Amino acid sequence: MSSTQYLLYRSFTSLVVLVGVSVITFGLIHLTPGDPAKTILIQQTDQPPTEEAVEAFRAELGLDRPIPVQYADWVTDVLQGDLGSSYYSDRAVTELILQHLPATIELAVAAMVIALAIAIPTGVLSAVHRGEEIDIVSQLGALIGVSMPNFWLGYLLIIVFALYLDLFPVAGTGGLSHLVLPAIALGTGMAAIVTRLVRTSMLEVIDRGYVDMARSKGLDERIVIYKHAFRNALLPVITVVGLQLGFVLNGAVVIEIVFQRPGLGVLLVDAIFARDYPVVQGIVLVIAVTFVATNLAVDLAYTRLDPRIEIGGRST
Amino acid sequence: MSTVDEIEQTTPWERGVATLLTVWRELRSNPLALAGAIIVAVLGVVAILGPALISQDPTAQQLGYRLQSPSLAHPFGTDHLGRDVLTRIVYGARYSLGIALAVTGIRVFLGTVVGLIAGYVGGFIDEALMRLVDIQLAFPGLILALVVAGVLGPSLRNVMIALAIVGWTTYARVVRSEVLSVREREYVAAARLVGIPTHRLLTRHLLPSVVNPVLVIATLNLGTVVLATAGLSFIGLGAQPPTPEWGTMLAEGRAYLRRAWWIVNAPGIAIMLTVLGFNLLGDGLRDALDPTQQTRVEEV
Repeated sequence: MSSTQYLLYRSFTSLVVLVGVSVITFGLIHLTPGDPAKTILIQQTDQPPTEEAVEAFRAELGLDRPIPVQYADWVTDVLQGDLGSSYYSDRAVTELILQHLPATIELAVAAMVIALAIAIPTGVLSAVHRGEEIDIVSQLGALIGVSMPNFWLGYLLIIVFALYLDLFPVAGTGGLSHLVLPAIALGTGMAAIVTRLVRTSMLEVIDRGYVDMARSKGLDERIVIYKHAFRNALLPVITVVGLQLGFVLNGAVVIEIVFQRPGLGVLLVDAIFARDYPVVQGIVLVIAVTFVATNLAVDLAYTRLDPRIEIGGRST
Repeated sequence: MSTVDEIEQTTPWERGVATLLTVWRELRSNPLALAGAIIVAVLGVVAILGPALISQDPTAQQLGYRLQSPSLAHPFGTDHLGRDVLTRIVYGARYSLGIALAVTGIRVFLGTVVGLIAGYVGGFIDEALMRLVDIQLAFPGLILALVVAGVLGPSLRNVMIALAIVGWTTYARVVRSEVLSVREREYVAAARLVGIPTHRLLTRHLLPSVVNPVLVIATLNLGTVVLATAGLSFIGLGAQPPTPEWGTMLAEGRAYLRRAWWIVNAPGIAIMLTVLGFNLLGDGLRDALDPTQQTRVEEV
């Protein structure tokens, strides 16, 4: 497969995936046990609605038409950037998402920075001192980091740093001080994953011929490690970090609840409990599309950055 | 171990014994894996026998004993309703391990069936099934599970359904690629030529080669399911109060962080130890049974 063909093939499969994503997102509302219109009305008014009220509401939402027609309408609106509006506040879903997005992005970026700041030095040291104490300690630390529920870590941080030491606020948003604890809570789990990755990647590179070559030329060990090995080890790390977006989003939902940050996660969970389906569908769609686009970009960047990658060989 | 002669001549029983021996040797030489196995074994015993050994009711409220700090009578303290936290942790082990086993079992079954079919039949069916996997992977796992469970309605059963739907794709991929690599081997071609029917070919000749990787992933997966179940219950979608489920207990402790730190920390430690146990054991199993596989399961 030439690289143009590969680009076309990947774009095509991404398109297929997006169509599937839209069907699933649209279909979510029909997973509701019973009649969605009735369920929503009960939720809104807190009492069993009359038959006429349900009929009227169903017509208002367009739920009385055949499902394929509803889907076609929904997709048409979505493609025009219209995600509908909330059942409760009548505000546009896009507006709600844009309002809650900055808090989540802020948290995600801060967590990524913390994760990399911990993971890269630890992973490199661990690989260079393979089998020594520092390696064992860091690997054990990474294992514990992966095993820790991040919402519990969040509470631990609150108890120690907010309640006892009174260094940071307990919850909410505001300046940088509100960001520190949630970012640590979210970033630690990611740091654990990335540390293992950096270590594996470094170990692979250290064993390669060109590193031995650099060594046998008599180069200083530090230059060998940090100039020759580290640079080459970084490529797979960068791409996988790109793919950690899903991990960040998964974690952000829970962390936002722990620290009561008004981000996308809190918006999503509130909408789920309120059965505010346009909001749920909008957020799920935005997240999935971002995710597909990121994966495509990482995949294409990867093949471009490292010409040794056999095109198409990674899809199996 | 997967040449045609050996597989034809050994019974599943003998193969099972051989696998156990390999695992046993690994546990004896790898202290971390042994630690994991011990944690998992202890948890299993606690989950099965614990409730029978404890006379207290996990939901019994003793309002006169609210928010008692850890003591001899209440080693992990009491919560805001005067319930003994240790008792609730012990009962919670049943929920966590039971759900983890059930969800992982369904995932393994779904994923193995899809992977076998995709890998063996190939062609259009393969392409369609793999696109289905891609579509599923387009959603961050926990978020999809969250939405599915939320739409179905908050309950432990719905959380199990949601997590089972979300997590089978890893198995499908692994089984498929394993089948693809085995399918073209001579012994499978030979078996086909001799006229062995397809279902027998799949179960006797292709399935044995996927057992080890699936076993490794499933062990690691048990830990992630424990985390995800606790997370969804924490959000309020899974177990509902007064169920003694670890994630629910953590959520209930939120209001008492300052006065009663033990309410959130006891279930937090319980979850961490459980996941750590499965991770240590899973890493050990991989070294023993499937050393070529380097990728870890980081999905939900």
